[in-house]
Amino acid sequence: MTDFLNDWGLTLVTFVPLAGALVLMAVPAAEEKALKQLALLSSLLAMVIGGLLLIDFDYSNAGALQYVVDARWIEVINSRYILGLDGISLPLMALTLVVVPLCVIYSWDHIPEPGNPKAFFVLMLILETGMVGTFVAQDLILFFVFFEVVLLPMFFMIAVWGGENRRYASIKFFLFTLFGSALMLLSFLALFFLSTDPATGESLRTFDMRVLSDVAGAGILSATQIWIFAGMFIGFGVKVPMFPFHTWLPDAHTEAPTVGSVILAAILLKLGTYGFVRIAVPMLPEGAEAWAPWIGLLAVIGIIYGALGCLAQTDMKRLIAFSSVAHMGFVMLGIATLTDFGINAAIFGMVAHGIITGMLFFLAGSVKERYHTLEIRRLGGMLVQAPRMGWILGFCSMASLGLPGLAGFWGEFPAILSAYSPAEGLPVETFRTYMVVAAVGTVLAAGYLLWLLQRTAMGSPREEFANSDDIVDVTRTEWIAWAPLLVGILLFGLVPGLIFDVTDPAVVGLLATGG
Amino acid sequence: MLGSVSTLVVAFERPAIDWHAIAPELTLLGFGALLTLVDIVWLERGRAVVSALASFGLLASMVPVLTLAWDGADRSTFWGAYVVDDYSLVMKAVFLLAGYVVVLLSTNYIAEGDYWENEYYQMLLSAVLGMVVMASARDLVTIFVALELLSIPAYLMATWRKRDLRSNEAGLKYYLMGVFASAVLLYGMSLLYGAAGSTMLVDIDSAISGDGAPLAVVTLGVIFVVVGFGFKVSAFPFHTWAPDTYEGAPTPVTAFLSVASKAAGFVALLSLVFVGFWGRADVYQPLMWALAAASMFGGNLMALRQTNVVRLLAYSGVAQAGYMLAPLAVAGESLAVADDALSSVVTYLAIYAAMNLGAFAVIIAVARRTASAEIDTYKGLFRYSPGLAVAMTIFLMALAGIPPLGGWFAKFEIVLALISPGTAWGVALGVIVAINSVIALYYYARIASHMWAEAPPESADFDTTTPIKTPTSVSAALVLTGAATLAFGILPQWVGHFTDVSLVATGLG
Repeated sequence: MTDFLNDWGLTLVTFVPLAGALVLMAVPAAEEKALKQLALLSSLLAMVIGGLLLIDFDYSNAGALQYVVDARWIEVINSRYILGLDGISLPLMALTLVVVPLCVIYSWDHIPEPGNPKAFFVLMLILETGMVGTFVAQDLILFFVFFEVVLLPMFFMIAVWGGENRRYASIKFFLFTLFGSALMLLSFLALFFLSTDPATGESLRTFDMRVLSDVAGAGILSATQIWIFAGMFIGFGVKVPMFPFHTWLPDAHTEAPTVGSVILAAILLKLGTYGFVRIAVPMLPEGAEAWAPWIGLLAVIGIIYGALGCLAQTDMKRLIAFSSVAHMGFVMLGIATLTDFGINAAIFGMVAHGIITGMLFFLAGSVKERYHTLEIRRLGGMLVQAPRMGWILGFCSMASLGLPGLAGFWGEFPAILSAYSPAEGLPVETFRTYMVVAAVGTVLAAGYLLWLLQRTAMGSPREEFANSDDIVDVTRTEWIAWAPLLVGILLFGLVPGLIFDVTDPAVVGLLATGG
Repeated sequence: MLGSVSTLVVAFERPAIDWHAIAPELTLLGFGALLTLVDIVWLERGRAVVSALASFGLLASMVPVLTLAWDGADRSTFWGAYVVDDYSLVMKAVFLLAGYVVVLLSTNYIAEGDYWENEYYQMLLSAVLGMVVMASARDLVTIFVALELLSIPAYLMATWRKRDLRSNEAGLKYYLMGVFASAVLLYGMSLLYGAAGSTMLVDIDSAISGDGAPLAVVTLGVIFVVVGFGFKVSAFPFHTWAPDTYEGAPTPVTAFLSVASKAAGFVALLSLVFVGFWGRADVYQPLMWALAAASMFGGNLMALRQTNVVRLLAYSGVAQAGYMLAPLAVAGESLAVADDALSSVVTYLAIYAAMNLGAFAVIIAVARRTASAEIDTYKGLFRYSPGLAVAMTIFLMALAGIPPLGGWFAKFEIVLALISPGTAWGVALGVIVAINSVIALYYYARIASHMWAEAPPESADFDTTTPIKTPTSVSAALVLTGAATLAFGILPQWVGHFTDVSLVATGLG
């Protein structure tokens, strides 16, 4: 069993969803039930394989890549098919493998207009392959391909099943991310040509991420590193999204169907921050050091700007989207400190944001279904009409604003704390200023979330919805889809070590080779 | 003067001919002649078999190409004017297979319209013959003969819808521009011949590389020759014929022009740059840089405003020519860079052939229902004909260069070649390629979102409720090009292995 997992585990977990998508294509569109079952089956199968990998994972050695596969792929450009799982990839891969089946379950009776569950599930499964692949790829070109594979399905998810303004939002999303990844690819190529072996001084000409993190930009002039880092900065920064590249996000979220929003918030945004942690920072330490104060600055601008944006929103979904900008700001602040403490906090923040904001988007979708609007002004009294849903909204808002004991806290608080003592060579005063600003941001976060809660859940129901039959409490499918996330929020909040213990050795290892 | 001519006549001896080396051309020629015979003997009855015969001829010509590849030895015949090496074999294969797909696309189109059928396939085969010759041509005269052999049938094919004004306009425009380009080209060739005293590319290289070569004459010669082929590959600003010709010509012919004819122009440019002008990087590199940058920006920006898919693809073809010209702007830096540059262009040509032919196959299939190529008629295609919508999306996104579809690897190789020498000019052009792929995505994605996000037009005068039936031959073309597009993207090693060719080494011997 272990041997099998070693050789095939990661390949299977990556491509089982794609195989499921191919099978789905062969099923006639009229067989709706079979389509749903097959989609659920393939995503569950991927989850089971992922679960086996998690069980078999050697946690005492979480800093090392495990289940490594290294096979020929594109020889002419010296790019190989390398997969591997370590403490940084593991939580994110697990997050993906859990969220996608939940999305399938949620879609069971929530296929958005204009229907066509077949195409919907096919795209979702292709998306899963791209996301899992990105987290386990250990070759820059393979990483790039997986990174881009998610673009098309997400584009179509927004373009076909989105809201009124879906064409604008989908093309904007597509153009922004492609612009970023085009520059990112140029940076990858520069790394390919310029990295040298520190021992011999010879050009490496490799895309192997393990090797490139080990040599850590040796032989690349500091000034050149700054340029290469700039390319990656835009590539990953658009995806995160960092201020000022964030403008695609509110549009994409507002227009996307519920499940699309959930996947976008829970996983797609993490591809960007993961790229910073896995590629940009360890491979270009000098570039990272030069850019870190600026990343930190943009991160805190994002925190404040996102929070102020939230306060100005009249649409519940758009508000949650802006809160993503703020939360990803905390993640980026943690990364900008370039310390193991900060980066651990960042990874925790990614997972926490993934489950909490994913959950909030699920709620927004269900609210929209019941009230047919997300305008905060018209909502109210959810605790009266649908008490369980109201309480879940309250619970998630508390988690999102960083209440201790829930998952959100462990993403935010250590990230702020880490800014107190950034890595050697970074301007301490500047980062301490960022720390203060970020702390103000948490107050604002409490403000907009409580305000949201007060306006939507409390009070008495509005007249127009008072006697609406559409407003029912949480349904059974919703319970099944949401329960794992709710448990996760509580569990990771109470026992944060579950994630920190896994990520820490890997982060320390990554920074150690980088220094 | 007279004396020297008479010595030439006396000195003529029959060159030793390597029959195996020219077997693909002979096979193609044989089938062309066979088609003519069938036409003469069977008259109307021949209509039933010509298309099958033409496609069989193209595939049969693949056999000697494969045996030559199997044999592996570089061959040279006609005193070195005709070279068969890996590079020319790969390009011959691309031409023959592209020709085969065009026959598949033409079968129903030509049979159902009131068009001359036998002649069409004869023209097609002779144009392909010109291309196959072009791949091996290593002297100016052979290049020119090959160019005319492929151009003249193409002028005729562009006017094949003879009762349609637009088709006449297309052919006439193409013809006039083409002839003008040929004249410019010939003038450039004569200058080069004057400077070198020989028509062989190898001799031209050694003659113009030295310090003794007159700079003005050489520069003018190179510029004129490149401009002449600039028309053929529709590089900006020599693209003006392309949109009108593409729109007016029968769509299968447009597919042929946009893929095979463009590739033939590139093959000639590659032979010229890597063998003939190799020593004069100072002359051709800036020229290629400017042409490439202008073509990318020009083509993409003009494509943004198109409302007709065929015209849009014409402009996108201008931009694609720009991508392919780009590596030539750094090719002269070193032998290693030249190898990278050459294999990147060859890779691009092969992948481009698959994805662009695929896009035209969908256009032909959709036009059978809508009788139009306006982008608006693609609205809601996904609702009533999901298969074609998915296929079109695959081809468009491949053209845009989105992984894991074929185009990404093509663009990747181009950028790799541009960055490899590490010069500021090369990196700058790499950034331009990156920016342009984003601009291009906008218009490709716009078509995709028409097909997927919109409802079918209500006022349409065609049926938008039942799936479009594609004829078998068009479906076959779709399957072939679609499979190639996906395979090139997911396992680029397949194409990379074949296109990893070198010209400088073999050309300079």
